[in-house]
Amino acid sequence: MPNLEHPAYPAATLLRLESLVPCRESQVSMLLSIFGERQQFTFPSIFIYGHKSSGKTYVMQTLLNTLQLPHVFVNCVEYFTSRLLLEEILIQLQNCSSETKHASRMLCDTFNDFVRLFKQAVASQDLQDQTLYIVLDRAEQLREMEANILPAFLRLQELTDRNVTVVLLSEIVWELFRPSTGCFEPFTLYFPDYSIGHLQKILSHNHPPEYSADFYAAYINILLGVFYMVCRDLKELQHLAALNFSKYCEPVVRGEANERDTRKLWKNIEPHLKKAMQTVYLREISSSQWERLQCADGEPGQLKGLSAHAHVELPYYSKFLLIAAYLASYNPVRTDKRFFLKHHGKIKKTSFMKKHEKVLVDYRQTIDNRTSNHLLGPKPFPLDRLLAILYSIVDNRVAPTANIFSQITSLVTLQLLSLVGHNDQLDGPRYKCTVSLDFIRAIARTVNFDIIKYLYDFL
Amino acid sequence: MSTCSVSKGCFVFKPSPKKRRVSPKTAEYFKEANNDSEDSGLRFATCQSLWKQIKSETEQVQEELNKQLFDNLVSFLRRSHSEFQEKTTEWTCRMKSREIPTAALVLGVNVTDHDLTFKSLSEVLQNNITPYVALLQAKDCPGIKNLMQKLMGQLMNCCIDVDSSDEEDYVQVSQHRIRCSMTSLISWYENITKKTDSETPSKKRISRHLQSPPVVVIFKDMESFTTKVLQDFIGISSLLPHSVSSLLCIELFQSLSCKEHLSTIIDKLLLTTQFAFKLSEKVLQVLINIFLYHDFSVQNFIKGFQLCIVEHFHSQPLSVLCCQLVEAKKRVNSLSHSQCENIRRLPSFRRYVESQVSEKQIALLTADNFLKEVIQKLLEDLHVYHENYVPVLRCLHVFTSSLPKYPLGKQIRELHCACLENRVWETEEYESSLQLARMLNKSDLVTMLQKCVEIFVSSSGKEFDKVVEKLKEFLAQFQKLEAGACQERGESVSSQKELQKKTDLYHLQKTLLELKESRRSKKLTKFEMLRFEVVDFIDNLVRNYLVPADHKTLHEIMYFNTASALREHLNAAPRIALHTALNNPYCYLKNQALKSDGGSISNKAPDICIVYKLHLECGRLINLVDWLEAFSTVVMAVEGTNEDAAASDQVDDIIHARFIQAVSELELLGFIKPSKQKTDHVARLTWGGC
Ligand SMILES: Nc1ncnc2c1ncn2[C@@H]1O[C@H](COP(=O)(O)OP(=O)(O)OP(=O)(O)O)[C@@H](O)[C@H]1O
Ligand SMILES: [Mg+2]
Repeated sequence: MPNLEHPAYPAATLLRLESLVPCRESQVSMLLSIFGERQQFTFPSIFIYGHKSSGKTYVMQTLLNTLQLPHVFVNCVEYFTSRLLLEEILIQLQNCSSETKHASRMLCDTFNDFVRLFKQAVASQDLQDQTLYIVLDRAEQLREMEANILPAFLRLQELTDRNVTVVLLSEIVWELFRPSTGCFEPFTLYFPDYSIGHLQKILSHNHPPEYSADFYAAYINILLGVFYMVCRDLKELQHLAALNFSKYCEPVVRGEANERDTRKLWKNIEPHLKKAMQTVYLREISSSQWERLQCADGEPGQLKGLSAHAHVELPYYSKFLLIAAYLASYNPVRTDKRFFLKHHGKIKKTSFMKKHEKVLVDYRQTIDNRTSNHLLGPKPFPLDRLLAILYSIVDNRVAPTANIFSQITSLVTLQLLSLVGHNDQLDGPRYKCTVSLDFIRAIARTVNFDIIKYLYDFL
Repeated sequence: MSTCSVSKGCFVFKPSPKKRRVSPKTAEYFKEANNDSEDSGLRFATCQSLWKQIKSETEQVQEELNKQLFDNLVSFLRRSHSEFQEKTTEWTCRMKSREIPTAALVLGVNVTDHDLTFKSLSEVLQNNITPYVALLQAKDCPGIKNLMQKLMGQLMNCCIDVDSSDEEDYVQVSQHRIRCSMTSLISWYENITKKTDSETPSKKRISRHLQSPPVVVIFKDMESFTTKVLQDFIGISSLLPHSVSSLLCIELFQSLSCKEHLSTIIDKLLLTTQFAFKLSEKVLQVLINIFLYHDFSVQNFIKGFQLCIVEHFHSQPLSVLCCQLVEAKKRVNSLSHSQCENIRRLPSFRRYVESQVSEKQIALLTADNFLKEVIQKLLEDLHVYHENYVPVLRCLHVFTSSLPKYPLGKQIRELHCACLENRVWETEEYESSLQLARMLNKSDLVTMLQKCVEIFVSSSGKEFDKVVEKLKEFLAQFQKLEAGACQERGESVSSQKELQKKTDLYHLQKTLLELKESRRSKKLTKFEMLRFEVVDFIDNLVRNYLVPADHKTLHEIMYFNTASALREHLNAAPRIALHTALNNPYCYLKNQALKSDGGSISNKAPDICIVYKLHLECGRLINLVDWLEAFSTVVMAVEGTNEDAAASDQVDDIIHARFIQAVSELELLGFIKPSKQKTDHVARLTWGGC
């Protein structure tokens, strides 16, 4: 394990830094060597990427704070327009060293203004002899802003002629950022995913003060055993660990087991964690409900989860409209006649030979199509077809009243149907049915309609 | 204008405060539109006051229904907040992701009903939890920027509202000058809470609201927000970017289903004697069908009900008597002669007259004063009928709603409709219900009887003392049976044993036959006899009290039964209307020349009608040249009889122009569109008669 070494910083600080960022020592030392000494110029821009919860934000923040490097840290999602973003940088810059908080309102509409105001701000705060770091977290958001913002940030050093470095943090690779016109290439650095060993180490690192590190590490070990298969997100795991720890401690608190009684503790916690995996982890019930359950020692079964409520009550014709839409989305147009023409009967059978041939061809086709229609997902259909199918599946006559049409719109707002194409197109609207087979079967059952009989895929 | 001043001078005349009353105008309209303008003013006033009562009643129902839901929500909000304040232990706080407490409110499909709910919800929240409530709607928030703008705008405005007294130090910032970011929101929040803390005068608020009131954001139509906007918003608000759904600490609350809501409304509006106004079976059916088949909207149901009221008071001159009995009796005395004639014309009254002896008939038809006396008595009868009808209906519902398969429907509204429609006891469903009721077991029967007793005791009908007595007697008899029961069982067991003893087939058959005989021949058990008696008793009640309303004299005064008008207004059929207009223009234009004579095309009709009729005969693709020819033939049929060829060329141009205009009008209406398959052709877009 490489100890962090750098001539510019005191060894004690480096040691503290190292203890704060387990499993990221090599990245940190790489960054340190790039940064050089405080007053030295470094790369104009650095691009750091890695999956969610790979510690980008955390490591960068810890690094800058521990070494007390002058910096500005902004989240691009929070400041969603370029103007908000630039103004926020300037405001933080004002506040960062001079304690006098003058909330003078800055107006910064263009990058040009920004460069000018930036120079003023830096000049007034004697930062000239140190590198200033501007960290843009969630940098992928920059792509949504004006086209000049990203290239300009990449060469901010050159534009302002100051000792400044821009650090971009993102979940996606640099290739997806690069504008077609080309731009200054930043130095890129990858934060790899944590392995299970890493997770164990990092999670155990933050043990609660009232219990020993070993005790907590054993708990984390069990937790990872249950959850690692479904979740490798560090933040999520931390959350789960905190939620369930009190349950783990229960036997110890009650005096039924001591801290080293791993088997007993395991027996106590394991079923509990499994239950957690089916409920809180999926957000079926909320974590506060889960905690209340733990206190009450009740069965989670008593609490209805979110998905238990997932039925929708619809008016009678809306149900049929939805069924018609489903049929229109998943049946090929050419089969409509066969399903919905009242007097069509069975497909006419010709002579035996022909029939035999046809069956073979048909069979092959059905095999192809059967796999396709439900796998390919819903296909768009025009309004006429929807209504035609509706009229043929509803028993009594339905007049095409305004009420029927408004129900189609209601279904669209409920997101059960979706409008294909522009929604301002009045002429010949096309829809897709977005509900699942299970859902539509449940709906069809309530109106005694055997939908399977009408689906081409299940013929 | 004049003044009372004697000197010359300049005077200011302020316009007299305009009475912004709309009602006189409406009342005027009420009078005008009806040529039979009897008592229109009074009718209008009655209508208004009735509607006011009904409206407040429905609002109250709504409030009560929402109460439970809102209570849960409020306690959820308090709880979520307290957790935030307590900060259990520092360690868990640090390790757990900071989740945003979220309540998911499932309201069912109908959107029009929700506005009211949201309005009262935000009122409740503002009264009990926090002044900072923002209501967001998807259509206002296409992007995160608009969302933040709306949010901040609403929050900051609401705080101005609350603090309207101490505005002096509050700088009102115009909306776009606010930096719409979380930081400014946070600093605003800190500012405002600090201020209220230091401020002593507004203690009322502090006591009601929590110490540091949470900011509540309500998304009215979650499903329509774009995911991106929501994700960003949630990410921002937690200030801890993270995969999004895991940031919400969601608890789910479900509102009452709208069907239950409807049942309560019907219960409160129709199955009561509080309101004189009633709906006939057909009308009620129309309203219920719209609800069940089309929109699930209680709001629309009430609107439809309102329409019925207005229509009734508007079109029925005698509706002036549609009010509480005491008042109605008074009004009878002041009826004019023509109103008396109106009464005499009522079908139900005619039937009544015909059933009387001839002297009385003459008196009724000639003497207004005698008539008025009789009317008062008849109105009283009608009132008593209503008073009795409701409890008996409820009582019958107790029975029918617990029968297997519900032959008379599960809901009381279905039963109500069945009773209004015709004599319910003559229907097959009723017959089978009685059959099933005769098979009920004892404990069920006893609980039902108890329920019935409750219903009758709490009802206002005066004739039910005897009924209650009788029911109680039944109950007592059932009690007594308990004792005898064991004995009976013993009997049957012995016969069973006998059966088992006899092993050979012949004897077995014989005993079986005997057993059957004995059962059939009045060897009924006491319980069975009693059960028959109870069912017969109920049957009697039904026959006495659940006579359909339209068999009652003067029912036209109270009952609105023009279902067709209602259907026309509520169930708009644009396509059918369009077809009628184009196919039979007389229907709208009322021009005698257009009176249609079968299928032929009159050349007096507007061009578009001619073109439309011609196009009905075509296939999917229409050849424009043929169409034009047909058109000009029709048009020329009269005009061109005595014109020479040279002139007809001239006319042709004009006809051509008219044709083109008509065709493009049809295109605009969406009946045809240009076709790409064949030039000179257009494609039809509609099929069939409409
Ligand atoms: N090396 C580490 N040592 C200790 N804790 C860590 C480490 N890496 C990550 N963490 C913890 O994991 C959490 C998530 O990390 P962080 O927010 O930095 O991830 P991220 O890469 O920025 O994710 P995102 O792409 O979602 O922004 C942090 O709050 C931190 O507590
Ligand atoms: Mg991050």
